[in-house]
Amino acid sequence: MSKRVSTENVDQSQLPPVALTEEEHAKDHKMSPLKIAMWVAIALLGGMAWVMLAIVRGETVNAIWFVFAALATYLIGYRFYSKVIERYITKPDDRRATPAEIRSDGKDYVPTDRRVLFGHHFAAIAGAGPLVGPVLAAQMGYLPGTIWIIVGVVLAGAVQDYLVLFFSMRRGGRTIGQMARDELGKIGGTAAIIAALLIMIIIVAILALVVVNALGESPWGVFSVAMTIPIAIFMGLYLRYLRPGRITEISIIGFVLLMAAIIAGGWVAGTDLGAQLFTLERTTIAWGIIIYGFVAAVLPVWLLLAPRDYLSTFMKIGVIVMLAGAIVLVRPEISFPAFSEFAGGQEGPVFSGPLFPFLFVTIACGALSGFHALIASGTTPKMVEKERQTRFIGYGGMIMESFVAIMALVAAISIDRGIYFAMNSSAAATGGTVEGAVAFVSSLGLVGVELTPEMLTTAAQNVGEESIISRTGGAPTLALGIAQIMSAFGGTAMMGFWYHFAIMFEALFILTAVDAGTRVARFMLQDAIGNVVPKFREVTWLPGVWMTTAIMVAGWGAILIMGVTDPLGGINTLFPLFGIANQLLAAIALAVVLAIVAKRGIFGWLWIVILPLAFVAVVTVTASLYKIFSPIPAVGYWANHFAFKDALAAGETSFGTAEGAEAMEAVVRNTLIQGTLSIIFVVLALIVLVMSVIVTIKAFRNGGGPDMEDAPVPSRRFAPAGFITTPSEKALEKQWEDVPEVLKPTEAGQS
Amino acid sequence: MSASIATLWSHFLRGVKAVRWWVTNVMGDRSYDVYVAHQRRHHPHEKILSEKDFWRAKYADQDANPGARCC
Repeated sequence: MSKRVSTENVDQSQLPPVALTEEEHAKDHKMSPLKIAMWVAIALLGGMAWVMLAIVRGETVNAIWFVFAALATYLIGYRFYSKVIERYITKPDDRRATPAEIRSDGKDYVPTDRRVLFGHHFAAIAGAGPLVGPVLAAQMGYLPGTIWIIVGVVLAGAVQDYLVLFFSMRRGGRTIGQMARDELGKIGGTAAIIAALLIMIIIVAILALVVVNALGESPWGVFSVAMTIPIAIFMGLYLRYLRPGRITEISIIGFVLLMAAIIAGGWVAGTDLGAQLFTLERTTIAWGIIIYGFVAAVLPVWLLLAPRDYLSTFMKIGVIVMLAGAIVLVRPEISFPAFSEFAGGQEGPVFSGPLFPFLFVTIACGALSGFHALIASGTTPKMVEKERQTRFIGYGGMIMESFVAIMALVAAISIDRGIYFAMNSSAAATGGTVEGAVAFVSSLGLVGVELTPEMLTTAAQNVGEESIISRTGGAPTLALGIAQIMSAFGGTAMMGFWYHFAIMFEALFILTAVDAGTRVARFMLQDAIGNVVPKFREVTWLPGVWMTTAIMVAGWGAILIMGVTDPLGGINTLFPLFGIANQLLAAIALAVVLAIVAKRGIFGWLWIVILPLAFVAVVTVTASLYKIFSPIPAVGYWANHFAFKDALAAGETSFGTAEGAEAMEAVVRNTLIQGTLSIIFVVLALIVLVMSVIVTIKAFRNGGGPDMEDAPVPSRRFAPAGFITTPSEKALEKQWEDVPEVLKPTEAGQS
Repeated sequence: MSASIATLWSHFLRGVKAVRWWVTNVMGDRSYDVYVAHQRRHHPHEKILSEKDFWRAKYADQDANPGARCC
């Protein structure tokens, strides 16, 4: 028991220091010969791994080299590049209190242990995105995607996340939209908010499309994914009425129930009645998700959203650990080429358009994801305990997501390349039949690919599906890859279980994103309408909530239905829009960061922001221009639009892969919407970029600009900055342990 | 020999405890404890909500201010 001391009577200056001195930092980070040797070894290992991936071209390449190349590059990027950003751009000061410390309220603003907050932040940023994009990008071979995921995260994605987190923290946890208005003015700010709203709709629609494609004609999948709803509701009731706050306990129970649901799914799908009941058309599933999306978004969070989110977080961490372990243990041989036949062309069957810029929009999450700017400027900055920790949480968290993307890529390309194309080419190309798929894949003339009908039927049989032809959207391909890797432990008998396990966790992440995205979008819309009709701002006014929710659900629902019924094979034409939208948000976030850094008067190191901003701006604008102006119908929305329109006018009843006038009219309609969205996106992006450049040039002329940061408040607590506690930090922590109990700061994560 | 097994065992127990600490904190089991500690320290004269009411208030708050989940 410590002595009873009243807080008022103690001189606060008697507290130990709240930050390390410059000398202590220098001492901790001094390069001893041993450390130098270690970093040389890491660099050599990474270099060797890259050589194995990029230059040594055997028949196959071992998956372990992907892991080494990624880990070594991440370590070097984290230790050196993010340190440069810390030293010259963010310049954190641990003597300043964070919003969590200043406004500490025990609920939203809670100084949280850095390792715990890392987990929180990671669970909020990582979902199905990094599991889907890399799979589709494998059409071009493994190397372009691998380089973009690993190098992109170090120079772009992690930089964005870290800087947005840091600057939002310095502004009391303000959102990216508010920061855009503060830094870029009213026009730039409004454009940023409209873009964010549109992007939310697109992202929800396309993620939902991934689920629909994975569940179409799959009774096993439909049953096990549908079961997540009653399981989540049970968890919600348990937490509300039986044992409030026992989240880990109920998550473990929920997890066991989910496993049971997957096993039961195999059995249900095996019975005639079950197969009849749960074999659903894609359109039916799409309508199911739309209705579900509306209901889930108006139900109270405790009943469905929160418990499913717990389950999803629990699975996220578990699955990633499992997948990493399995890849390292199994070390599958990859037979995909570094660059495929489609790397140089524009009309690959999985997604169309040339490598530059479309590879960089197809893989968004995992390399650079603008959506993270919403998270890094939302809850996380309100929970940071010490300023220096933002590097570990922001930069480190994004590196972790990149690693997930690499593992997804490796798992997906461990399958046969012929099967890959049979699964990922649209039904319009394969006809949805084994013979059609074999004929189509052989017509592609791929080197080293000999796809036989038996390969396709055996693969489908192994995972307990009727067929795996044209299961587009990435999720089924990844699930097959995971099932194959895991079969090293459980044999082929277990493949059906692992396949549906993988489908289920992807669906779980996506349904959470659909539900949460609809709520956030509704909230933004309520706020916007509230400017005119103030009553809409009241979050408890149910008609307002229902109306705005319905508008948002109608928005993404229309795009979803359009994708499901698209005669050209939805995901193939829509996925680029998803990537463009996400990268556009990244451009907006980086543009805001650029203005902030320029106003700080830091011009010598501004290139650190300009580099990813210029790249992503060029990528999104070029991709949009291709989508708007390309004369190749497979690439340009408008080219396709007018081609079909002309064909209709000429009285033709079939054109390209669309049969019948009705299908052709659908194409005309869909391309009109897609083309219009492309135009809106590029215009919004250009507005934000121009505003940002104007602000930056103005700041350059004046040697800086007004500082929008909150006034500094002295901190009264200490915590280490990174994952590993340094010797000086340990010594200082010891001093804090001797502080009388009553003076010790409270925080989340203290045992 | 038995001494080294004992140390190994204690290392193992420490590891289990650390994982448990991390998981329960990330999942949110400790949110109520954090709130109670905060109230005791900063608002000693205010009433402290029961655990059940604390969670009700927390979810009501999430209903009013939705947070995003990424893709």
